[in-house]
Amino acid sequence: MNNIFVYCEIENGKVADVSLELLTKGRNLADQLGCQLEALAIGHNLKGIEAELGQYGADVVHVADDARLAPYRTLPHTTLIKAVFEVEKPQIALFGASSVGRDLGPRVSSLLHSGLTADCTSLEIGSHTENKTGKVYDKLLYQIRPAFGGNIIATIINPDHRPQMATVREGVMKKEVIANAKPAQVKTIDVNKFLTDADEAIRIIEREIEERKIDIKGAPIIVAGGYGVGSKENFALLHELAQVLGGEVGASRAAVDAGFAEHARQIGQTGVTVRPKLYIACGISGQIQHTAGMEQSAMIISINNDPAAPINQIADYAITGDVSEIIPKLIKYYKKNSK
Amino acid sequence: MFYKLLTDGRGQLANDQFDSLHFFLYLPVTAKITLEYMTKKGLKIVVLAKQVPDTRNVGKDAMKADGTVNRAALPAIFNPEDLNALEQALRLKDRYPGTTVTILTMGPGRAADIIREGMYRGADCGVLLTDRKFAGSDTLATSYALSQAVKKIQPDLVIAGRQAIDGDTAQVGPQVAEKLGWPQVTYAESILSFENEEMTIKRRLEHGIEVVAGKLPMVITVTASAPEARPRNAKHLMKFKHARTVTELQEQTSDYYMELQSREYLRIPEWGVADVDADVEQLGLSGSPTKVKKIDNVVFAAKEAKRLSSEDTDIEWLIKELMANHTIG
Repeated sequence: MNNIFVYCEIENGKVADVSLELLTKGRNLADQLGCQLEALAIGHNLKGIEAELGQYGADVVHVADDARLAPYRTLPHTTLIKAVFEVEKPQIALFGASSVGRDLGPRVSSLLHSGLTADCTSLEIGSHTENKTGKVYDKLLYQIRPAFGGNIIATIINPDHRPQMATVREGVMKKEVIANAKPAQVKTIDVNKFLTDADEAIRIIEREIEERKIDIKGAPIIVAGGYGVGSKENFALLHELAQVLGGEVGASRAAVDAGFAEHARQIGQTGVTVRPKLYIACGISGQIQHTAGMEQSAMIISINNDPAAPINQIADYAITGDVSEIIPKLIKYYKKNSK
Repeated sequence: MFYKLLTDGRGQLANDQFDSLHFFLYLPVTAKITLEYMTKKGLKIVVLAKQVPDTRNVGKDAMKADGTVNRAALPAIFNPEDLNALEQALRLKDRYPGTTVTILTMGPGRAADIIREGMYRGADCGVLLTDRKFAGSDTLATSYALSQAVKKIQPDLVIAGRQAIDGDTAQVGPQVAEKLGWPQVTYAESILSFENEEMTIKRRLEHGIEVVAGKLPMVITVTASAPEARPRNAKHLMKFKHARTVTELQEQTSDYYMELQSREYLRIPEWGVADVDADVEQLGLSGSPTKVKKIDNVVFAAKEAKRLSSEDTDIEWLIKELMANHTIG
């Protein structure tokens, strides 16, 4: 009772990175609070999943295994989470800020009338004193997130309603296998007891999910392009540089919206958060929506026509000039100087 | 058969929601569906829209002491993804004559601007949900208020933007759906078809696409990858430019506006807590489980970038520097 729950996203039997990252964070919070960490695994053919979830710190896993539960659909998953939460009364429930978690989390929070904070960048435990009543709340979850296009950072609390719910984007927390891990204890959810015909209101007709091929999150070097790169053809130069340096290509939202790069490459508040050792920002002005997703990079080089571009305020090196002229030179001198 | 369709259509001609051009354009393709929905006078669609502060220009004075936003201090725009949602609704209206599109927005009096903006682009009417008691609502309390208004309008379908740029939460769509007890389809990129009372919708997910289908009623939320909203239409602009809420009309003293008041389609209804039969305890700060504890302003750390030119000497120096400190190599 009153433990921390992490909803695990599962695609083709594989647990999503964001869920493993949340388990690592959840383990840390559970240790601080002196409670258990429990995982929710809802899907199909989940045999043996307790071993992997245990590795990332789950003490218990609630398993619902049924053909109706994969691929993910809102209604059956909501119904089962509600059933578990009503019995277990979690104090904290965490979801990935993915297209699954951002679909599911709000539905569950509305059903349970508990607050939900979206896209948290940090989760901490702290206390709170209500100004009006003087009432003191101990060990609350501080849900910290950017708002207003990243111009402010808000700390949100959920004093009187449980569970305290939050979503976190992929790549924001770090996943970590714990030493001497044991498989999580399995608790089976009786699916037939809870699912009804009403949960079948939406059918999936077709589904094309690509295995993640682009891994900008794990890349040590990222060559990112913005709208200023100008064209898909110029983006090919970025790919060339990334290949030479052993990195990946990222993009700002504006570049993705313009069709210069795939959505999977998007970095920033509505994309992935990255912290590579080198970030080369090409034709990126440096809107805060973008910089929020890359400002923790160890080194930042900006290439921009505009010497006053905001990106230069966080850059270590600011090259003023044209992307199409400078990138070939970078490639040329890299090749010349590397043995 | 076509004759029958036309006579069925005639009834629609009386009100100018009937778009004869599109009727003929789509007749061969959608004759069966058209027949079915002509008799039901098309779909009744509510588009949830939000007037949002333009978050690219947030000044220091934009926050109030209690941590809530002082919207009055910011330029206000139509939330971008709500425009994508409006376009999906208008496309249904193009295809199914008799369909009506109502813009529902919650906010202060000036939010009537986005209702007018929606009407200029093709919406039929709008409702402004406005009451001091709504102030300070989090997403859950907001969703409750909106769902109460939707219950009063009784549409077949609710379409909303996936998320608003001021909060980026993407919560209101699913929460309104839950409060209504309707299914939801989020991350929609396009409504592919509507046949046999079933909507088929293409969703855009992080790693691919999904096509889903379900019967109405439902709530659909639309992403930015969906087609952009059509621009304002001169005919609609002329028709609706004097549309006003009751409050706005009261501020006008001229006879001209008194005369306009007599034209029903120019009146934008304003609904308060009592009009939507809402429970005050579930609204505003008291109805919001989440509280803002603290707000920190983001300040760029002042750091001097080393400035370089595009000259070969500068570029080669940089490459050598990066190799020397093992950033690349």
